[in-house]
Amino acid sequence: MSTSTPSKSRVNAFLDSDIFYNFRKSRVTVVATIVTLAMLLSAALAPWIAPHNPFDVATLSLLNSELPPSWAEGGDPRFFLGTDGQGRDMFSAILYGSRISLSVGLVSVALAMVIGVVVGLLSGYFGGLVDAVFMRVADVMLSFPTILVALLISGIARGALPREMHDSAALIVLVFAITITTWVQYARTVRGSTLVELNQEYVLAARLVGRRPMAIIFLHILPNVLGPVLVISTINLAMAVLIEATLSFLGVGMPPTNPSLGTLIRVGNEYLFSGIWWVVIFPSLTLVVLVLAVNLLGDWLRDTLNPKLR
Amino acid sequence: MFAFVIRRIIQSVLVMLAVAMIAFAMFRFVGDPVNSMLPENASTQERGELRAQLGLDAPVTVQFTRFVTGAAQGKFGISYRNKRPVSDLIAERLPATLELVFSAAIFALAVGVPMGVYTALHRRGFISNLLQIISLIGISVPTFVTGILLILVFSVWLNWLPSFGRGEVEQLGWWSTGFLTVSGLKSLILPAIMLGLFQVTLIMRLVRAEMLEVLRSDYVRFARARGLVNRAVNYGHALRNTLMPVITIVGLQLGSMIAFAIITETVFQWPGMGLLFIQAVSFADIPVMSAYLVLVSLFFVAINMIVDLLYFVVDPRLSVNNKASG
Repeated sequence: MSTSTPSKSRVNAFLDSDIFYNFRKSRVTVVATIVTLAMLLSAALAPWIAPHNPFDVATLSLLNSELPPSWAEGGDPRFFLGTDGQGRDMFSAILYGSRISLSVGLVSVALAMVIGVVVGLLSGYFGGLVDAVFMRVADVMLSFPTILVALLISGIARGALPREMHDSAALIVLVFAITITTWVQYARTVRGSTLVELNQEYVLAARLVGRRPMAIIFLHILPNVLGPVLVISTINLAMAVLIEATLSFLGVGMPPTNPSLGTLIRVGNEYLFSGIWWVVIFPSLTLVVLVLAVNLLGDWLRDTLNPKLR
Repeated sequence: MFAFVIRRIIQSVLVMLAVAMIAFAMFRFVGDPVNSMLPENASTQERGELRAQLGLDAPVTVQFTRFVTGAAQGKFGISYRNKRPVSDLIAERLPATLELVFSAAIFALAVGVPMGVYTALHRRGFISNLLQIISLIGISVPTFVTGILLILVFSVWLNWLPSFGRGEVEQLGWWSTGFLTVSGLKSLILPAIMLGLFQVTLIMRLVRAEMLEVLRSDYVRFARARGLVNRAVNYGHALRNTLMPVITIVGLQLGSMIAFAIITETVFQWPGMGLLFIQAVSFADIPVMSAYLVLVSLFFVAINMIVDLLYFVVDPRLSVNNKASG
């Protein structure tokens, strides 16, 4: 899309397409998309748009601690969503928190996608022992709830690391745990689609002209199995954010010094009985809105791209 | 039939062995228990003694055999953190978790089934749409947020119900129950609602879908043609056929409810296995983790197997397919 004329016609073609028409007709989806994009953008730009830096201890003052939101009685206009026990601005903390939550989510979704798609393609194309082993592993993993698998993996990873590294490696452990937990779905779906594609004539034709298996897999079959992968990725982003938040909430995720949304909720939960509800409610609300928006988007994609999936 | 049962049992045993192997590998290769149990300045001799006491000086194969035989007898060694036998810890915590899961399942059925039936019978009604929207939101709200909201409303603001612990418990042999005291029952309400709420949405959607399917069938149309009143058709014919898959799903969900109880127990400081497990994860207390893993897997595998076998008994088509595929 470097030159202007072809990209313009491509944009026009997209605007005329059924998919875009479907999109515009579904008001819920439009709202969900706007919300998702806004959250992604504000998370990415957190250091520039946040009014305070929640990690800069020098700017924190205990005099500002436990202030209610700016519109409530006793609120301070400098702190839109109030402050926590250390005088940290909740609005900024939430921006930075969603930045971490979304980073963990996006990175683990990308990794899981690559691993799952490659495994699925190879299993589907070659079959045999590799296929049998991978699909057995997938069966066993899918029969346990994802959160339990993620917990176990992060527990094992923590056990393997020395204790003083737990906090600094938390991000990597989380990404690792979520990736290992979620690649299975991609592998399953891609394997199924690959098996279908194998019977298509274009694959036979590619074989006849003597293309190597790897070229057939990655140049011919891969583009044709990507539809469902996009759907799974969207829904998995919501799930990854949710798993991250749950692990952090349970105390085996991000440490309070570098909080994600889940950690903020965990910390805020301790203040629940002192009546300062905003410390826990706003991070929770952010998490719910984010997950709901991404889920709605995923649902719409699923219905539009592939009505037969599920 | 007999061959199928045998094959299914062998399959389950294999899965359990695989789980045992993972649990054992955790034991053997993750971290050094001796380091985590002794203070840092312990002498080499002390380390050696503890190593021998834990049986860590034997060859790996011997250790694995020991682990499996021990696990089969319910012995999982000694917790690194509490320095007590893991089996004792679990026996103390098991009743709390099972009572919680049981109550949550009852709650989910009692609320989810009527909601599903209602939304299926009044498809276009206002309340049906409302319930559908609520269930969509219900799926997107993380369970721990639900729990926090419940505590905020019912414990902090209204001060009606306790927000943590089991209340008073009565001891029936080794089983401690909260069902017999008022404070025990009151403490159970919020956790059970939190754990059951996600299942409510699931059951509601399932009942609705199944019910719509059955209501379209000839069998219901003939029942109506026979002049039966709506109530008899809806509840006597349609609902009864809907409940079979619902009960299966709820049965299968029991396993994941035990797993999700981890979150509920953390929010409500409920002294069950989940809380024990989460403490074990944050302390890297491997014996407790592997025992929990083996126990929960056992629940899962057993429930799955029972459901499969029941299906086989109930649905004669399966045996035909089975013969065809060898």
